[in-house]
This record gives sequence, C-alpha cells and structure tokens, in this order.
Amino acid sequence: MFSIHINKQLAHFPLEISFEADREIIVLFGPSGSGKTTVLNCIAGLSHPDSGNITLNGVCFFDGKTKPVAPRRRNIGYLFQDYALFPHMTVEKNIRYGMKAGSLAHVDQLVAVLGIGHLLGKYPQQISGGEKQRVALARALATEPQMLLLDEPLSALDRKTRLQCQEELLRLHRDWNIPYVIVTHDLEEAKKLGDAIYFIERGQIVDKLIKKPMIAKS
Amino acid sequence: MPDANWTPLLLSLKVAGISTFVVFLAGVLIARLLSRKNFFGKSFLESLLLLPLVLPPTVVGFGLLITFGKNGIIGKWLLQWFDVQVVFSLTGAVIASIVVSFPLMYQSAVAAFSGIDSRLENAARTMGASEWRVFWTVSFPLAWTGLLSGLVLSFARALGEFGATLMLAGYIPGKTDTLPVAIYFAVEAGQMDKASFWVVIIVALGLSTTMWLNWWSKRNINRYANQKEAG
Repeated sequence: MFSIHINKQLAHFPLEISFEADREIIVLFGPSGSGKTTVLNCIAGLSHPDSGNITLNGVCFFDGKTKPVAPRRRNIGYLFQDYALFPHMTVEKNIRYGMKAGSLAHVDQLVAVLGIGHLLGKYPQQISGGEKQRVALARALATEPQMLLLDEPLSALDRKTRLQCQEELLRLHRDWNIPYVIVTHDLEEAKKLGDAIYFIERGQIVDKLIKKPMIAKS
Repeated sequence: MPDANWTPLLLSLKVAGISTFVVFLAGVLIARLLSRKNFFGKSFLESLLLLPLVLPPTVVGFGLLITFGKNGIIGKWLLQWFDVQVVFSLTGAVIASIVVSFPLMYQSAVAAFSGIDSRLENAARTMGASEWRVFWTVSFPLAWTGLLSGLVLSFARALGEFGATLMLAGYIPGKTDTLPVAIYFAVEAGQMDKASFWVVIIVALGLSTTMWLNWWSKRNINRYANQKEAG
C-alpha cells in the first residue's frame, strides 16, 4: 500500500499532489515542467516536500516532523529519464551495483527474462536506446524494490521499440506485482500502461482516469 | 653534469611529492564539499582559496612568513608546542608549494565534480549505496580524468615554485635548495654551467609531465569515442 500527500513550493507554482495505490500502475501525465519528476524525486527521497506524508507498506518515509528516510533505505527502484547508466561500468556491473547478497539467481533470471545476456560485457555507450532501457530496468529491479518509479522511460525510443518496451513493462508489472509510478507526457502511452492516470498541470492534479477499480480503495 | 650533487633535484621531487599528496587530498575533499553545498560566504571562501593563483609569489611568501614565522600566529604555536620551525626548513618549502599549487588542484577538482551528472549519483543512492560508496564507485571514477589533470598540474607547479619558497624556506644548500632556487643562486654566483644543467632538468621534467597529461587526456577521449563507435 502506497500513499502520498505532499505540498512543495516550486519556483513558479506550488506542488500539491495526493494519491494512493496498492499494486497498480499509476501514470502521472502532464506537460514538461508541471512537477511530475519532482513527485518521483520526493517518493525516492532525492528531494523533500515542504509538508505532507509519504508512506509505503506501513513505513513512513516522510511526515514533515521526523527526519526523512534516506533514499538508500527506501528500497524503491528508479528508472531515470535517459536511464542514468554508469558509463564507466559494464552492463553487468551496472546491473549488479545494487544487487542484494544472495540475489545472484534472481539477477540471472532477470537478465534472461529481459534478453540482455549478450550485452553484459558491453559499456552503456555501446548499446542502443532500447537495450539501455532494458538494462536500466534490470538494474532497478535487481535491488528487489518494493516499488518502481519510471521517469519518461520510453521517450528516447523509436515507435517500434517503444511499443515493444510498453509490452515488456506490462509483463514485468504482472510478474513483480509491485506499484509502478510512471511519468509521461504521451497520452497514448499513459492510456496503454496506466491503471490510473493523474493529469497534472502546474503542480495540481486537475483530472484523473481510473481504468480499473483501485485495490487500495476497495 | 657540472658537479655530482643531485640534492636540488631530490629535494624538489621530495617537496613536490609531499605537497602534491597533501594538495590532492585537501583539494578533492574541499572541492567535493563546496561543489554540493551553498552557504553564506561561499563565494568569498572560494575566492580566498584561489587567491594564491593571482597574487605575486612574493606576496604569498610574505603572508606565509607572517603566519609561519617565529612570531606568526601558527609559527609561534608550532614552535611552542611541537618544537617545529617552519622558516628556513624543508617544511617551509613544502608549505609554500602547497599554498601556491592548491588552487590548480581545487579548480580542476571543482570542474571535475561539477561535470558529473547528478542523476548518476542519485541512481546509486536509490540502489542502496551509502554516500561513501557513491563517492568511491561513481563520483571519484567519473571525476578521475579531471582530478588527475589537477594532480599533474599541481605537481608541476610545486616543482617550479620559487618566490614563496625563497621567502619562507630561504636558500640553505643541502636543506632548502630546490631546483628553481638552486638555478637562481647558481646564476647569481656566475655558475652558468650549473644553472644550465638544472634548467635542462627542470624543462625536461615539466615537458614530460605536460606531454604525459596530453597523452592521457587524448587516450581517455579516444577510449570513449571508440566505445561509441563500437556501439
């Protein structure tokens, strides 16, 4: 169970976001600069709200009163825009960076499922955009996260690869059964991936579209 | 070789070696702290750290003499508590080299750390890495080329340091006569052969240092370019 109710003053407008999720795919849809990535950063602990609270599976990450939980202790996978793969490490080292002790079999399985075994010895500069996306997904999931954040995960890909990756994301979500929060400004993608879509403009949720009943609210 | 006394070369390498070691550690640490923090007076502090770069060496030397002299703020304390005299000693030469070469290391380190995409460090944090691990596995390796360039430049600067060293450490043959100081006093004494020999040595050292730095930088640029081409 995940819940976020936050306020944060951004440069040009206040960010006021509130939603809950169980294990659905939540899509934050809106134009660039509307505060979507800031929401992801607040969930990951890379930025802090001015007030509010963020809770995941009964653990309070932020409540505005006590010291926020550090990003490394939140166990949240984060797929950054352009993937942020470490350029000085091979694909294998990238994937194993956050791997927990004794997770080797799990990581091997992840590599097999995503079909990136042939890339392990290469550097991020040597692989294509679609391959980078798969490697970044493997790296984020290798930490066995309780939740996955994806910031414009498919924006750098061509249409064909994009459609393939959308299917892959949905398949992984079924396999992992953890909440996803995806940021996008592509409505078609939002509708295909999201169980719930929140439309954000200038820091506010201006509309929402729930495709299937939210388990959290049932 | 006019005479068989290699002391100036050995002293210079010793002074530059110790100074570069200290400057590298301090430069990396301070640059890392300042590149990520904003606070009141930061700009002034940074200007102060870079000041030796723009001041004449004699002014730096004068400042050091005032600070580390027998009656200086730090010199008095060092003498009283540790029986250490900085003026007219090799320690003085090391301190002078540290002060004049620090800005080069600091500037290179700030540029190197600022050039790192913060998302890479954040990615490491979200994968459970401590700040210490983020630094050693992500920040430091990615900044390494810039840090190494600062290290080499600082070493070269320390090797060639003259003005501040002369004011603080003086010229005591066998004790504080580093290469630049030895050249100056050889010319003063009309020993042009001796001076020429040391000039050739110091030019060779400086040239090989900068040539190596160029080669290293190009090798790194080519390595990334080759990786991209192979991809």
